[in-house]
Amino acid sequence: MAEKPKVALYWCASCGGCEEAVVDLAEAILDVVAAVDIVFWPVALDFKVSDVEALPDKAIAVSFINGAVRLSEQKEMVELLRRKSQLVVAFGSCSHLGGIPGLANLWDKASIFDWSYSKAPSMEPGATTRPMTKIQVPEGELELPEFWDTVKSLNQVIDVDYYLPGCPPTPKLIANAVQAILTGKLPPKGAVLAGTKALCSECDLNETKPDKLLIQDIKRVTEVQLDLKKCYLAQGVLCMGPVTRSGCEALCINGGMPCTGCFGPVQESPDYGGKALSFVASIVDLEDPARAQEVLAKVADPTGIFYRYSLPTSKLGRKKMPRRK
Amino acid sequence: MAVVMEPPKEAQEAWEPRIVAFFCNWCTYAASDLAGISRVKYAPNMRIVRVMCSGRIDPSFVLEAFRDGADGVLIGGCNPGDCHYKEGNYKTMRRAMLLSQMLQDLGIEKERFRLDWICASCARELQTTVNHMTADLKRLGPLNWKGV
Repeated sequence: MAEKPKVALYWCASCGGCEEAVVDLAEAILDVVAAVDIVFWPVALDFKVSDVEALPDKAIAVSFINGAVRLSEQKEMVELLRRKSQLVVAFGSCSHLGGIPGLANLWDKASIFDWSYSKAPSMEPGATTRPMTKIQVPEGELELPEFWDTVKSLNQVIDVDYYLPGCPPTPKLIANAVQAILTGKLPPKGAVLAGTKALCSECDLNETKPDKLLIQDIKRVTEVQLDLKKCYLAQGVLCMGPVTRSGCEALCINGGMPCTGCFGPVQESPDYGGKALSFVASIVDLEDPARAQEVLAKVADPTGIFYRYSLPTSKLGRKKMPRRK
Repeated sequence: MAVVMEPPKEAQEAWEPRIVAFFCNWCTYAASDLAGISRVKYAPNMRIVRVMCSGRIDPSFVLEAFRDGADGVLIGGCNPGDCHYKEGNYKTMRRAMLLSQMLQDLGIEKERFRLDWICASCARELQTTVNHMTADLKRLGPLNWKGV
């Protein structure tokens, strides 16, 4: 019997939801496990880094890497996996676009440490603990990875072959991707393994979207009783469907929540946040500046809403670093 | 002794703010044309990009301008009610409201991004706007986005 293709799974700055998504393949995971040989999966299997180091270069057929990159250790690990793998797939929003951890780019190392270790309410007020990269203890020198000022997406650190979007990617997309890799039926390098059009194109509520979508007010989901059979945007609730890549089959919308944009921009879009901002401003049908300002102020945190999953891969990428003398 | 790397004095004095301006074809671009014909002088810090309507300006143009070295971005459009395409400038107005907030969240000062309605015969207003903005930017200093 021919040797089974080797597969590695790794996580960086992520919540673990992407690992959960792999387990959510349910019975289908048995087929995957039967077809491949998992050589590294820290969350589930007891392989060590030295096992990966011992493999010859390009020995792994594909590495699925989820999570954004924000520690020197994560960089070392993804560089190792890149060297050992024929294909690298950025798995999930964080790895694809920077994701929720990417919102930390509105701060920097100093301000994050300052809050987490000094200012945040604590059982030890006045404690001055700070993580350091090296410390001497009686047993010898201990090391911690370096914490970066800026969170990065996977392709800002290593070369990435394919992207599986989503927070997390859906079981169907994962299964399709694995199938495509196993059979060698892959699209050109750099492709995002999901739809290319906007989410509205596959949303059941699209039929109820008015031809000219205009709203007079913006409402939050907690303020209204949503009619689940009618386009949420037409009801004044912000849904990112029109600027978000399709492929999830409108999971959140079918579950009664508007789209928050985890699949990232559609194929040709230059900047997700810019497009999302532009579309929201366009449909608010108010000409009086004062009234428009009042309604748009209900977009409580425009940066957080429009760049929820994509700040590190946006045009500006992060908040300007404070000038330090 | 530590060597402090400071740009030479002349270089500091030589710094001039760079303003990327997006002007609508029908009003503000015409105003800048008129300013030229009428010899209305204004600070030479602005590079104009002519667009058919201020509504054409995608927020990503503004973000890209800042990323690639602009110290300020100025959008000029027709007065409310005067848009050649009826509602383009209203969309720009609402986009600018959100974009201004977003830019401030990202550490770009409010004065660096302006939207002004300047009509085709308003060469003087154009002069005042550009001069004020240039003065504001000189006070703020270079944005130097790539330097982060």
